[in-house]
Amino acid sequence: MLAELSVSVWRGAEAGRYETYAVPQRESQTVLDVVTFVQRHLDPTLSYRFACRVGVCGSCAMTVNGKPRWTCRTHVSKVAGGGRLEIGPLANLAVIKDLTTDMAPFFEKWQQAKGVFAPSKTRHDAIAQIRPDSPARLAADAAIECINCGVCYAACDTVRWNAEYFGPAALTRAWTLVNDERDGGNAARLQAVAASGGCHACHSHQSCQELCPQALNPTASIAGLKRRAAAAYLKGEIKT
Amino acid sequence: MNVRLYLWQRLTAALLVPLVVVHIAVIFYATRQGMTAADILSRTHGSIVWASYYAAFVAAASIHGAIGVRNVLTEWSPLNDRRAGWFAVAFGLMLVALGLRAVAAVVLS
Amino acid sequence: MVHRLSGLALAIFLPLHFLALGLAIDGEARLDSFLRWSDQPLVKLAEGGLVFLLTVHLLGGLRVLVIENLDWRDGQKQLATLAAAVSAIIAFIFLARVF
Repeated sequence: MLAELSVSVWRGAEAGRYETYAVPQRESQTVLDVVTFVQRHLDPTLSYRFACRVGVCGSCAMTVNGKPRWTCRTHVSKVAGGGRLEIGPLANLAVIKDLTTDMAPFFEKWQQAKGVFAPSKTRHDAIAQIRPDSPARLAADAAIECINCGVCYAACDTVRWNAEYFGPAALTRAWTLVNDERDGGNAARLQAVAASGGCHACHSHQSCQELCPQALNPTASIAGLKRRAAAAYLKGEIKT
Repeated sequence: MNVRLYLWQRLTAALLVPLVVVHIAVIFYATRQGMTAADILSRTHGSIVWASYYAAFVAAASIHGAIGVRNVLTEWSPLNDRRAGWFAVAFGLMLVALGLRAVAAVVLS
Repeated sequence: MVHRLSGLALAIFLPLHFLALGLAIDGEARLDSFLRWSDQPLVKLAEGGLVFLLTVHLLGGLRVLVIENLDWRDGQKQLATLAAAVSAIIAFIFLARVF
């Protein structure tokens, strides 16, 4: 006799409710498997996102039993205490339908934080020689593997409390660019992250670091930004 | 919170660490000795050292507390940034006024 | 959260603390009668609570200063628990000494 899971899934948009489904439990089952089962066999109107289903694309992030996680990499056996699961859309983002959220603000803040490479050379210049073991490159490499899944953004208290706050992902990307020798946009970037809603709003709660599925440490990246922006401010390079 | 407020808050925090530790030690000592108002005031009267120490403490704590309160207001209350800022400034000024008055009370009276 | 709530509580307490000290303006008798009033167990308990809040806020703040300026990466949760424990001990010592 297969065990059965009692799975509550958010249905609706901002207004809505949790609906419960009975899903057979299987070995090595992931939460994404559960959601897929509901949509294929129980309720075809369920909306959700996924793509690679193997933990490299970041599309399937949802709130599982209160925490933002990649559903394809979350084993049911690890989280379904007493055979119960609660699955909802990522927090801190507007709900489009059911388990899908509007990620536009997440990416807009990326732009506002100047998490965009600003080239300083052309194709006619020599290729930049970057030592992979330089301190700046090591700092950038430690923070570069972000795949924009939104888990950190959903986990962050400051994002929840402060609508202006850029969030851990955007600031982490800004930090990698601050450390990129080839980038020419640091003046504008430091000015952007030193403004209200920038890196200094971070309270170092570290929910981002705790939950990042890529084992990144946005708190540390943001701390680096705080120091760089503070130094630039004290030197008069940026203004408030 | 921007870089300017951040610096003021973190720097006053760093300053407050030794000030608070000494203060807690002083209070432990005073309560352990069962000091009366007379005992305390006899030590603080006319003392440049206590005056400077506690004036610095009042200044740092007022700035630090005001910025902290500003953060709480912008994140937890419906006030916008400007209003929260004004409230915080008022709060900070009140702390400075009451604090320096208290310092004067124990050093001058 | 503990850091924020202790900070708020201290921010509320501080003006009262300044006002109490300001009683000395009226002469030491006023301050002394306040100090004697504060000798009651309930007040002493509240004072112990205040020492606890102050220590907790200080240690939480030290944690933030360390995270933001030194290279500590992991283990900050343990640090936070340690901080709370130290606060509790200090507050307890304070209380024990005045009873």
